[in-house]
Amino acid sequence: MNQSEESETQLRSGYENDPKGPLASIQLLSGEPRRKLDARFRWLCVTIAAISVLVLIGLLGSILLQGVPSLSLKLLTSGPEPDPSEAGIRPAIFGTLWVCSLCALFTLPIGVATAILLEEYQPRNRYGRFIYSVIQLNISNLAGVPSVVYGLLGLTAFVSMFGLFGSRTSQGGGGLEIGVRYYDQFFSEGMRSILVPVSDPSQSVSKPVDGMQGIDTSGNPVALKVISIGDPLPIGDELQYTLFDDAEAGRITKKSWYHFSLPLGRGVLTGALTLMLVILPVIIISSQEALRAVPSSLRDGALGLGSTPWQVVWHVTLPSAMPGILTGAILAMSRAIGETAPILIIAGIVYISRAPQNLMDDFTVMPLQIFNWISRPQEEFHSLAAAGIILLLGILLSFNALAVLIRQKLHKPLS
Amino acid sequence: MTSADSLVTPTWRGDLDDRVGKYLGRSQRSLKLVRGQETVIYAMLIASGLFSLLITGAIIYVLAIETIAFFRSDGVTFANFFGSTTWNPLLGGTKSFGIWALVCGTMLVTAIAMLIALPLGLITAIYLSEYAPRRVRNVLKPVLEVLAGVPTVVYGFFALMTITPILQWLHSGFSVYNAASAGIAVGILCLPTVCSLAEDALQAVPRGLREGAYGLGATRFDVSVKVVVPAALSGIISAFLLAIARAVGETMIVALAAGSLAQATLDPRQQVQTMTGFMVQMASGDVSNYGTEYYSMYAVAFTLFIMTLALTMVGNIVRRRFRETYE
Repeated sequence: MNQSEESETQLRSGYENDPKGPLASIQLLSGEPRRKLDARFRWLCVTIAAISVLVLIGLLGSILLQGVPSLSLKLLTSGPEPDPSEAGIRPAIFGTLWVCSLCALFTLPIGVATAILLEEYQPRNRYGRFIYSVIQLNISNLAGVPSVVYGLLGLTAFVSMFGLFGSRTSQGGGGLEIGVRYYDQFFSEGMRSILVPVSDPSQSVSKPVDGMQGIDTSGNPVALKVISIGDPLPIGDELQYTLFDDAEAGRITKKSWYHFSLPLGRGVLTGALTLMLVILPVIIISSQEALRAVPSSLRDGALGLGSTPWQVVWHVTLPSAMPGILTGAILAMSRAIGETAPILIIAGIVYISRAPQNLMDDFTVMPLQIFNWISRPQEEFHSLAAAGIILLLGILLSFNALAVLIRQKLHKPLS
Repeated sequence: MTSADSLVTPTWRGDLDDRVGKYLGRSQRSLKLVRGQETVIYAMLIASGLFSLLITGAIIYVLAIETIAFFRSDGVTFANFFGSTTWNPLLGGTKSFGIWALVCGTMLVTAIAMLIALPLGLITAIYLSEYAPRRVRNVLKPVLEVLAGVPTVVYGFFALMTITPILQWLHSGFSVYNAASAGIAVGILCLPTVCSLAEDALQAVPRGLREGAYGLGATRFDVSVKVVVPAALSGIISAFLLAIARAVGETMIVALAAGSLAQATLDPRQQVQTMTGFMVQMASGDVSNYGTEYYSMYAVAFTLFIMTLALTMVGNIVRRRFRETYE
């Protein structure tokens, strides 16, 4: 006490001795340089923000410039013909439609269920907490895995299914199949096509045998007549069912709409499952955020009325979180539509001229078709690619607009 | 009390008794059934939660077995894979699988991308969070959202058709496929990621810190750079790491614009092949399903997976562990 008083008087006396007064040791900083720095930084910010706007304008402008001349109805109605003036994107549009709707069908229930588990059902003990934290960490790590890696996973896990079901032979067959029939097609001397059903597709193409049962083009059963070279050709109708014994057949397949096979192959279903892996973490994270935004007073009220945990989720939390979940789901779907790399890995670049007919059918999607066109050397295809990009961006922007609309229309303040 | 009792007439009471009896005697759902239903639903939720773990397990399993198959095939050695800078899996008799050629290409493209995305993203985030008036925000936010939503194949087109010609016009040394144009496009792609994650981190800094600094006479620049950014540093670093992971794993842009010649070079004017670019080249060509080069795709993917997983994990840990919490 005494000491501090002493030092204080010393200090005071020190100031008093200083002719400039007590504040001499304090340097007053002028605000001017700092304000200048602030103003300069603001300009830097504005410039950089303007750059990002300019980049967007440049991106959209260059695409519009190249693409608008190629925009035509033909783009929507025809397939990827080798002649650029005839080519269109129709099979790819249908491929995208199939793959993305299937993908949404698989992903939404699993994603929302995982989010409900993590947000609404608190772990009951130490082990539960540990598993929850592992799942949570795992989801944020999965969100960072490059999509090509998912493509490779799809290639092994879905396309060939680890080789568990055998592999396809070149003639078809192999593995488990339903909803498909194999035929050997012969052309008779009367220039009619005759289909002979094949019971075991893994065997090689059948040889003509006299009396073989077949089907003609109108679906009527016929018996084949086989003659050797040098034999006289029959006259009249019989000629239409007559073959030489060295006639060669081609293997064709007829697939019904429910055609299904294991391993899944490079079909639509594989594409949807692979895209599911890509967007599942996105949907889980956005649904979790939507559920977290529901005020806990709503849950407490429902629990107080005697609801079970699932009743709380189904009747209270889920309906209130629905706008958020839907917004997240739409944004995730727009990511799925634009995703190219995993589809490229599983489907490769193949010529697809028609829309997929069943779950196992080969397919292509819009971004993949665009990639295909960009990587061709001809200018016309680049312009076609730009037109395809305009179409794709149009779809994506309308999805984004839909998400914003849902967020604004359905979003009510809950607390 | 007595007056209330006198008010209750016998018929009234009989009616009430009747109704209470009916209410208590109504058919209720059995508690057992409800509990059973709850248990089934809980089990289904847990199953879907475990599905995400299954995916990770499947990725690691698939990549591991195919990579082992790759190292077992003829002419592949660890020393070659990790020690060589020559990646030549397809052509001729002298096959060489030196992963460093691909890693170097990836690093070059990522470095160029980050030179663009990190500073621009951070400054845009500071602007949005600390400076921008509402009207500017209302323009800038949707622009960034649209940029983030554009498919990567579109950026690839942009790089090949717009950025490369501009670069060639600026300097004649650029080849048709080059690392710089792919890097710039990847940078534009990563910019919204950096910006939105960093802005989230900046927004999480409580207002009190800013008010305190303003009260001491700080300018906006002082507040942003000396108070808000240090307080949000963990979030910003995690945003940077996640953006780097995204750039490393980016596929379609580099497949279109970076070229297909794997070489260890630091010259951004030359063409390079990245790890992802190699996978696309393999998938779009006709390569037999069981050759060494097919398995090499998985070995490359495994390397890529480990790199991005490490970056994402460190990013997530930094964000959680080193977060400054304020009350």
